[in-house]
Amino acid sequence: MSSKPATPRFDSPQQVADELAAVDYLSDHAIASTVFLSDRLQKPVLVEGPAGTGKTQLAKSVAELTGARLIRLQCYEGLDESKALYEWNYRKQLLRIQASQVGTGEGSLDWNELEEDIFDESFLLTRPLLEAIRAEDPVVLLIDEVDRVELETEALMLEILSEYQVSIPELGTVKAKQIPMVFLTSNNTRELSEALKRRCLFLHVGYPDVERERLIVETRVPGISQELAEQVAQIVRTLRSMDLKKVPSVSETIDWAQTLVVLGKDSISEEDTIATLHVLLKYQSDIERATAELTGTRR
Amino acid sequence: MLDVLNTFIVELRQAGLPVSLTEHVDAAAAITHVDIADRAVFKDVLRATLVKSEDHTAAFDLAFEVFFAPRSLGGEGDEASEDVSGELGDTPPDQTGLRGPGKGMGAGGGSTMSAEELAKMLEDAIRNDDATLRAQVAQQSVARFAGMEPGRPVGGTYYLYRTLRNLELDQLLEQLVEERRSLGGSMTPLQERLARDELGARIDGLKQAIEAEIRRRLVEDRGAEALARSVRKPLPEDIDVMHATRDEMATLQRALRPLSRKLAVRLARKRRHGRKGPLDFRQTVRRSLSTGGVPIDPRYRHPRPAKPEMIVIADISGSVASFARFTLHLVYAISSQFSKVRAFVFVDGIDEVTHFFDHSDDPGAAVSRINTEANVVWIDGHSDYGHAFRSFHERWGKDVNARTSVLILGDARNNYHASESWVIADLQARARHVYWLNPEPSSYWGSGDSIVGEYAPHCDRVVEVRTLRQLEQFVGELA
Repeated sequence: MSSKPATPRFDSPQQVADELAAVDYLSDHAIASTVFLSDRLQKPVLVEGPAGTGKTQLAKSVAELTGARLIRLQCYEGLDESKALYEWNYRKQLLRIQASQVGTGEGSLDWNELEEDIFDESFLLTRPLLEAIRAEDPVVLLIDEVDRVELETEALMLEILSEYQVSIPELGTVKAKQIPMVFLTSNNTRELSEALKRRCLFLHVGYPDVERERLIVETRVPGISQELAEQVAQIVRTLRSMDLKKVPSVSETIDWAQTLVVLGKDSISEEDTIATLHVLLKYQSDIERATAELTGTRR
Repeated sequence: MLDVLNTFIVELRQAGLPVSLTEHVDAAAAITHVDIADRAVFKDVLRATLVKSEDHTAAFDLAFEVFFAPRSLGGEGDEASEDVSGELGDTPPDQTGLRGPGKGMGAGGGSTMSAEELAKMLEDAIRNDDATLRAQVAQQSVARFAGMEPGRPVGGTYYLYRTLRNLELDQLLEQLVEERRSLGGSMTPLQERLARDELGARIDGLKQAIEAEIRRRLVEDRGAEALARSVRKPLPEDIDVMHATRDEMATLQRALRPLSRKLAVRLARKRRHGRKGPLDFRQTVRRSLSTGGVPIDPRYRHPRPAKPEMIVIADISGSVASFARFTLHLVYAISSQFSKVRAFVFVDGIDEVTHFFDHSDDPGAAVSRINTEANVVWIDGHSDYGHAFRSFHERWGKDVNARTSVLILGDARNNYHASESWVIADLQARARHVYWLNPEPSSYWGSGDSIVGEYAPHCDRVVEVRTLRQLEQFVGELA
């Protein structure tokens, strides 16, 4: 929607993938294409998927590779305009009014003048969304766990997401000096509004396949042997195919691989797997079930 | 290209995906930025702009495969860059052909390979995880076994079944696992499991290649739009629970977990934010100190409304069993939103099954126990709502009080027994609400032996709940 001709940051999806890999984020073609498209179309990306699959990390990595500052808005229930967009510093305003009365003795300062004065930018407290819009340097805006805010609060973000501007009644409209890249993440605990989804590109980040997971483990866990990385990826795939309450996420895979490296393993035996399963699985009933299936005692 | 995109989007809408005009425009803009000859990227781009929910991805993938099916299988495997030329359906099939594959449809005779050669190739493809070989196997085996007949308006499931049956993949899996076992000396159960999963994944890859091959031939035969109509499947939330096939039931089960989590979050939120509590005077005064004693920012106490009690009475006779199981599962998954949940099931006798759920953290397991252990047959095992309600009233009627919501699940097909609707009237007088969920379409109500009309005046609401979407909506309004 913006008329500003911005220079694209990337030439091709492949370039995105390569540059992400250079900052240790292994993408797949869906991730790379969507990030590429987000830059070209100047649209935000809504990243959805299970916890611990690198949704937040994606935004961080994109910020890192484009050399941009990351501005993060962590969403939570009860987040409102004054925490997300901007707020008038009313304490400072009160002081200003009081000071003007004290200074002139009989309080003769013209009210209009005073009003203009106290609704000045110096009394404005910028919050993440406004900050991202006003930034002079390149920024990446990350709106984390957007599904946690109420439906009404979501509406606050719509203007920013489609027009890259914020309207402040007393000041007018603040337009973005440059179009930031915007990432929204969601754990899908509720349905987001149609209006929000329509303004975003949608990217689902699921669990990676074995090959990619092995590569992720190898890049994220220095000093791991190839054999171990492969075994780790395979065992995790097997675990994910089981009917568990909470299947291991990528971050848990990495934790597990790190544990094994610290323990000095080059390859993993059955006993080691069973002994360290608690790093991967978070429910006792899951651990018992996985143990039984992996050791073949139930089948 | 825009025309193709247009028909593609029409198809997506037909399949139930809510594609708005904005999204259409985005997609059209997006494809100008990428190299559309790269099929994988092209697909990603369309998906990112057109699909906004993970639940809809399956429907999108299917439609995409039909509309933008790879023209011919080059030697690079199925994911390699295929030419996605714009004109679908009017170009003649240009099969480059590998070792003489069947020309077009049903030309199994054109195959030059013997069955043994094919089996050997299949084995090698799986053992070495060779994508090129896999594509060839798919092509060959479809030509050989599927027995496709031109012009038949089918979705290809049957062809797939025929091909797979002839390939005997299960046997191949066992054989290869056995081979690995003898190769490595001995295998621990863990190693065996891993080997099995790895080979299983490769075989799944082959199955997909075969499916794609069948689809490609069907598109050549009948054109994308016609095929899309035959293969279209309802979205998970639109599947009719009462008539779901086994596959659809599995889809529903998978959809249930995220759904119940969403509902629980929503209900909890509603409870907390629905009303504002009384003014918290102490906090308000404390806050006002920072603004010179002016109470700019009033504080309220958190409201703590009482949670409702829930009694679920479900018909579990054959015709509606799956619906009852399903709803019980959902109610228990969000049971933290109720102060107490009690469950009763009946056919012509009635039994309480609350204790099945009490000591189990898995509603699914408890629901399956109901089928085997609950004592619900009184005389003949045909639904008798009247008798079931009367027994309920005698034995548990006194437990219903003003905090209780009663939820009755069933189609009210009473086999011409007495309705005993006074029980429901009495329950309504004492309970907070009485709801009836009927899994039949409302146009069928009152036809044949359905007597939902006799109960309806005594219920607060009678709701048609045939699909997940309707169920979700109802439960959302309930608490």
